[in-house]
Amino acid sequence: MELGGIIEYGLFFLSFVGIYALLSLGLNLQWGLTGQFNIGIAGFFAVGAYTSAILTTAPSPHHLGGFGMPLAVGLVFAMVLAGLVAVLVGLLTVRLRTDYLAIATIGIAEIIRLGLKNEEWLTNGVRGIPGIPRPFAETLGQSDGVFLLVVVVLILMVYLALEAARRSPWGRVLRAIRENEDGVRAAGKHIERFRLEAFVVGSMIMGLGGALFAHFVGFISPEAFTPEFATFLVWVMLIAGGSGNNKGAVLGALIIWLVWTGTEFLTSMAPPEYVTQAGALRLLMIGILVQVILLVRPDGLLPEETADRTK
Amino acid sequence: MTDLLQLLVFGIVFGSILTLGAIGVSLIFGILRFAHFAHGDMMTVGAYFALVFVVQAGWPIYMALPAAMIGAAVLAILIDQSVYRRLRRTAPVILLISSFGMALLLRAAAQLIWGTDNQVYQPGINVPYVVFDIRIKPDHLVIVGASVILVFAFHLFLKMTRMGKAMRAMSDNVDLARVSGIDSERVVIWTWVIGGALAAAAGVLLALDTRLNPQLGWNVLLPIFAATIVGGIGRVYGAIAGGMFIGIATELSTAVLLPAYKPAVAFTLMVLVLILRPQGLVRGMN
Amino acid sequence: MTVVLKVADVRGGYGGADILNGTDLKLDEGEIVVIIGPNGAGKSTLMKAVFGLATIRSGSVSFFDRAITGMRADQVAKLGMSYVPQERNVFASLTVNENLEMGAYLRDDDFGPQIERIYELFPPLRERRRQQAGTLSGGERQMLAMGRALMLDPKLLLLDEPTAALSPRYAAETFERIREINALGITILMVEQNARQALEHADRGVVLVMGENRFEAPGPELLANREVAEMYLGG
Repeated sequence: MELGGIIEYGLFFLSFVGIYALLSLGLNLQWGLTGQFNIGIAGFFAVGAYTSAILTTAPSPHHLGGFGMPLAVGLVFAMVLAGLVAVLVGLLTVRLRTDYLAIATIGIAEIIRLGLKNEEWLTNGVRGIPGIPRPFAETLGQSDGVFLLVVVVLILMVYLALEAARRSPWGRVLRAIRENEDGVRAAGKHIERFRLEAFVVGSMIMGLGGALFAHFVGFISPEAFTPEFATFLVWVMLIAGGSGNNKGAVLGALIIWLVWTGTEFLTSMAPPEYVTQAGALRLLMIGILVQVILLVRPDGLLPEETADRTK
Repeated sequence: MTDLLQLLVFGIVFGSILTLGAIGVSLIFGILRFAHFAHGDMMTVGAYFALVFVVQAGWPIYMALPAAMIGAAVLAILIDQSVYRRLRRTAPVILLISSFGMALLLRAAAQLIWGTDNQVYQPGINVPYVVFDIRIKPDHLVIVGASVILVFAFHLFLKMTRMGKAMRAMSDNVDLARVSGIDSERVVIWTWVIGGALAAAAGVLLALDTRLNPQLGWNVLLPIFAATIVGGIGRVYGAIAGGMFIGIATELSTAVLLPAYKPAVAFTLMVLVLILRPQGLVRGMN
Repeated sequence: MTVVLKVADVRGGYGGADILNGTDLKLDEGEIVVIIGPNGAGKSTLMKAVFGLATIRSGSVSFFDRAITGMRADQVAKLGMSYVPQERNVFASLTVNENLEMGAYLRDDDFGPQIERIYELFPPLRERRRQQAGTLSGGERQMLAMGRALMLDPKLLLLDEPTAALSPRYAAETFERIREINALGITILMVEQNARQALEHADRGVVLVMGENRFEAPGPELLANREVAEMYLGG
């Protein structure tokens, strides 16, 4: 491969890492900081992707819109809509224990996926939405480098905001809720409100990630939002990187995407009769990897930094 | 009217299958305190076990079913002892993550071994009986019959045997069970035996009703959770009522909604129950 | 005289800060000993530590000269010690009879006669044998909790606040029962808020404050001790 090709592949690779890093950061706010078990990431990811796609594509007879709006509008509304869905889920489950939140989030994600598949007037069903524009495509062209730059800027903004939040009194309350709910309640804090805020903000970040995904690949269909790719991989990234640590969330996205891409390379060397099963083989490897991480290094590569680390 | 009665028949069939799955989820929750997300995929693997006995060994389905149940029970114990047992000492939520990963692992393994195509135990048309314009397939009778027998056997196990009573005791009050000298690890193993075996039975019966593919169990995980929660999570007898309720309600909903939305109907019913009776259900865990 | 239970300089609690700060205790065979003290003194924790339900960081516990420090609860039960927690001390969804069967979980012999003996000791339970324990009254529940603990024919019975949440009449009756159980040759250690009444029925009282022993004396002597009376018996 020529140098140009390698650079091009590197940009493509890192763009995906960036999108997943956003999802992983959003999940870190919910799970890492607050202890909320969201396994419906795919749902918020999809809402973000479809919202921005419908708003920014050229008018089409096959689905709602498109409205041909600027990309920034798409990104903002992607976050708003994902946030609204999160408010709904959050209000339903905020008082219940984690298991219910888990079931509720996966339920919402599956229903969203069913809706994307079956409501053709809105999403064009399984045929999907093509022609989603890249950022600055008119002025700077379809370069992965430009896209990566946009993603990096957004990640930086999200990362800095989350770090500030983590160190703020708000972040301390979230951690305290995770560690000792009754204690925080006794201190007179409105636990449900803090939880809901964290859940909604985390889901908005996931919506942003979804929008960027749509603009990066240019075509979306319900296939892209299965729990395997849009939820499970993100969990593996956060756990591997280190839940509770924003740097870990980003690092996990990089490493697991590297592993995931690596498994593609591995399966391409498998005997031909297995080639059609490559996807399953890759999932199997990741499935085993996550069990190994949980057993061997449950705190991840970069464990949570705490002032009073007693355990 | 006939249409609705027909849907009711489908609902009872689907409900019988959900019940078998929901009993396992509820039992596992009662003893181990976590929602087992790999339950649907355990059903799938169990259904494939039966396929192996039917296709490779040429067994009839009524022999393949118990064999698959034993296979799935062994698999469930292996999964528990190799992974879940080591994670049990930490927070139950880690088990939740692990079981979610296990779900994908099992599904991927099933796809690798048996492929993605739809398969059936016996090719050919299952000619329905027609009673008052309502069509009932012989397979439907097998499904409901097998489910009734298994639920009744499970009931006897819970009420009559020492292990069954210990299971109820531990689900009721873990600390007191320990104080009474009940060996919790043995109870846990029996929990997996029953959960795994009933999951396999649910999988085989579902494959009999529809078609066998790697997504089989995952597609009904949401209705099964809904049945479990509607019945009061952790209460195994509630799971029977919950299973029938969700089964019948989702089938009846197809009179007005796309069948693809069945999981959504189940989910909505579950949410309604959670809103209307959250305390009642949460208390049901003890 | 045979020493049934010996607790020596035990420190520990539930993983966080220590609740027990060097507690000592000795029970002779056939005694009824009651632990009293203010809230948060570690009375319940001491019992849990003995039974393997709280963490012991240092010190030792022995049962008939056998070290049981840090042993698992089900193993301690096997050695002949039973424990009745203060709350949630019956299996609410099981019937009365099933509760007693669970008490005998470790027995491989025929425990039918033992169930008979429990019903003789607590006649109201016999009438309710097929009823769910959750439907019993507070007094009946306490009887069932003690009955379950007696199913293994223990040598030592630990009772955590057996009369809490009972009316005075039931409390008096419960102390009578405890004496009857003791008359069967079972050594008894109990924690009581209802300190005066408990001391009247006890051979010895131990005052526990901040996880340390403050006083130890025969029941009547403690009752007569002015300092103890003022500080721990409500004047």
